[in-house]
Amino acid sequence: MMYTFWIILTGCLVGLTCGIAGSLLVLRKMSMIADAISHTVLLGIVGAFFVSHSLNGVPMLIGASVVGLLTAYLVEVLNKSGVQSDAAIGVVFTSLFALGVILISLIGDQVHLDTNHALMGEIAFVPWDTMMIKGQSYGPQAVWMLGFALIANVLLITLFYKQIKMSTFDPQFATLVGVPLTFIHYLLMTMVSFSTVASFNSVGAILVVAMLIVPGATAYLLSERFLHVILLSGVIGVIAALLGYGFSILLNVSIAGSMATMTGLLFLLAFLFNPKNGLIIKKLSTHY
Amino acid sequence: MNAITVQQLTVVYDKQPALEDVSFHVPKGSLTGILGPNGAGKSTLIKAMLHLIPRKFGHVNVFGKPYTEQKHLIGYVPQRREVDWDFPTNALDVVLMGRYRQIGFFKRAKKEEISWAKQCLEKVGMLAYANRQISQLSGGQQQRVFLARALAQNASIYFMDEPFAGVDAQTEKAIIQLMKEWKKEGKTVLVVHHDLQTVEDYFDHVLLLNKKPIQYGETQRVFNLNNLEQTYGGKISFLEKSPVLIQGGE
Amino acid sequence: MLDFYQSFLSSANVRWVLIGSLILGFASGMIGSFVLLKKQSLISDAMSHAALPGVCIGFMIFQEKSLPILLVGAAVTSLIATHAIQVIVNHSKIKSDAAIGIVISVFFGFGIVLLTYIQQNFTSDQAGLDAFIFGQAASLVRSDVQLVAISSLILVLITTICFKAFKISIFDPSFAKNIGIHVRFFNGLLLALVVGIVVIGIQMVGVVLIAALLITPALAARYWTDNLTVMAWLAGVFGSISGLIGAITSTLFSNLPTGPMIVLSASVIFFISLLIGQRKGLFLRAVKVR
Repeated sequence: MMYTFWIILTGCLVGLTCGIAGSLLVLRKMSMIADAISHTVLLGIVGAFFVSHSLNGVPMLIGASVVGLLTAYLVEVLNKSGVQSDAAIGVVFTSLFALGVILISLIGDQVHLDTNHALMGEIAFVPWDTMMIKGQSYGPQAVWMLGFALIANVLLITLFYKQIKMSTFDPQFATLVGVPLTFIHYLLMTMVSFSTVASFNSVGAILVVAMLIVPGATAYLLSERFLHVILLSGVIGVIAALLGYGFSILLNVSIAGSMATMTGLLFLLAFLFNPKNGLIIKKLSTHY
Repeated sequence: MNAITVQQLTVVYDKQPALEDVSFHVPKGSLTGILGPNGAGKSTLIKAMLHLIPRKFGHVNVFGKPYTEQKHLIGYVPQRREVDWDFPTNALDVVLMGRYRQIGFFKRAKKEEISWAKQCLEKVGMLAYANRQISQLSGGQQQRVFLARALAQNASIYFMDEPFAGVDAQTEKAIIQLMKEWKKEGKTVLVVHHDLQTVEDYFDHVLLLNKKPIQYGETQRVFNLNNLEQTYGGKISFLEKSPVLIQGGE
Repeated sequence: MLDFYQSFLSSANVRWVLIGSLILGFASGMIGSFVLLKKQSLISDAMSHAALPGVCIGFMIFQEKSLPILLVGAAVTSLIATHAIQVIVNHSKIKSDAAIGIVISVFFGFGIVLLTYIQQNFTSDQAGLDAFIFGQAASLVRSDVQLVAISSLILVLITTICFKAFKISIFDPSFAKNIGIHVRFFNGLLLALVVGIVVIGIQMVGVVLIAALLITPALAARYWTDNLTVMAWLAGVFGSISGLIGAITSTLFSNLPTGPMIVLSASVIFFISLLIGQRKGLFLRAVKVR
């Protein structure tokens, strides 16, 4: 019973944390940066293992944020040197991800971390990997890390709400009136890295992308206010996590994969049926 | 007194010069139209003056001090198509962005700021649309929201990038009225402009630009066929039919 | 040492794998040059991720691991994915980058669901399907590799024959129409070629990284030349080298995955080109400034 509770809680926290952070990236038209960072974070995690010989919370967070920021930085450098932005993203993330996968294959025997884990996560094992302090268990580590990432996201968005909004809508005007553009950019990159690494154990590197981008895009279709998009995106992430969990139990398939599939299903529903500009609704209204 | 002094401003895009050695002074309280053919670097010039794009060389002074110290005196109306109007927000919110400096880094907008923003919307005839999602506004209405945002900045110098492009008559009237008001209050206005027919009605100063400055000065003195041909490189044969220009020319 | 290499190369299977990866690398580098010019790098990434559910569905319908069937499945879902991106962009306010991200992650997630479903419910040898994620050259039997080599060769041939038409219709579509080139046909053909690379490449490189084999060699070649013809051939050569190095190392050291090794080799070539490329490499640029 407790076991199921922890898994569902973890799934919901992934949906909420990634949904909130990801919606900002969708609005900034940086979805593919989310894709890139969630791949390369793998390298950060492996790197952290090399340094600290553990897959523990703090070194992992640091390693992941470093590589996450490095990804964003490299993409920008290539971009400025004249490489078109999508190709720059493609080269950077595939290189770093390939490196991460190779390193995992080399050290694979020493740690509980293999390429499958990196791709799909092991949410089923989350309840066993608890936070131990002085022999006392304080609940799963993943829940702690996700909780931390969620609080950090909420805090930073509350503090810098205006700046994030302005730099997203009209970056040039924002610079002119004194919004620190670069700071906000890397702040968001850090948020994405944190959210990604906190979710990594549960849903894996690649399926984090679904949790980051798809709820944000769905909320964007349904809402007309900046704040509403962020909140709704978190809610949609949670719903997708719950539905995905139920679906995976029903058919005995990958939990993370099911959650990603459910985000897609929710997006499809919004795309076709949302009352303002859904495809079907538009078609119907032009016919009658 | 000069509101703006530009010295030897040079901008290079991918090794191609976009602006070469541009220098001119803009007197305080003037209405300047920036004219030139497509690709002459008109938008590039104001963006470089506002430090929004990297400059290879050159200085911009505002009221005798470097631009970076005087940023708070500047208001800006960018081209409408430079932002994504699907962005989830409403008209009032966009105008409030003009009050960013006054509201403060961590604070939320107070009542006074909101009522200030509403007044600005009122001035451009957009108060009724304050809570409208911006994608549901027409092109002209979106332009007026941008005008209201600039108005909310309460600046001393205004830069406008093609404000008249693709707007309705009502919006055009609003822009002209605003420019006149600003001039009356002693504010300085620079406008990137396209339509040669209206230059003499709108502006008292003209900058003719084609990568290099061709001429800067009072409209009556500078805006003539000879200078225009030099700017547009003989591509203005259609202009000879324009009665406005012939009357207004030398 | 020499003996070792001789015995290594004399193994017929290994020889075929090397030939296969060489030609595959060449084809993808060449086609990648056009993908890069058309600014479709990430769309090709979406197409490759979307191949996974196709492979699984192909297996589930026919219940056997026959390469041609799986590849047909992969081609079908890849095409559906590109179409889905178009539909999302055309019929909503979602921009293309988010649309691509949605398609990549949802199709891939669905593929993972199907993969786990197959593992639970099919007794026959499904183990091989895992190899489609990161690629495993060693798992290829000779007929598979021959299929890869011959198909890649055909793709190279088609690209060479249609080279000029591609060049003009990408660079200046309206001019191309003017002089009687059927632009839509060639756009469709290029799409088909990309699907072809994805489909024949996935067993060797895997769906996650195959897009890199299209993007990276072409981008590396861009640093050496401004001439599209030279660039395409150079990208082909870079692709071949990467394919060869990746295949050799992953065959020699059995726990190294082939796909990531190929991609990493390509990345190293890219990095070298970035630093010292003739045209706008960082190093030479720094020297010239001084």
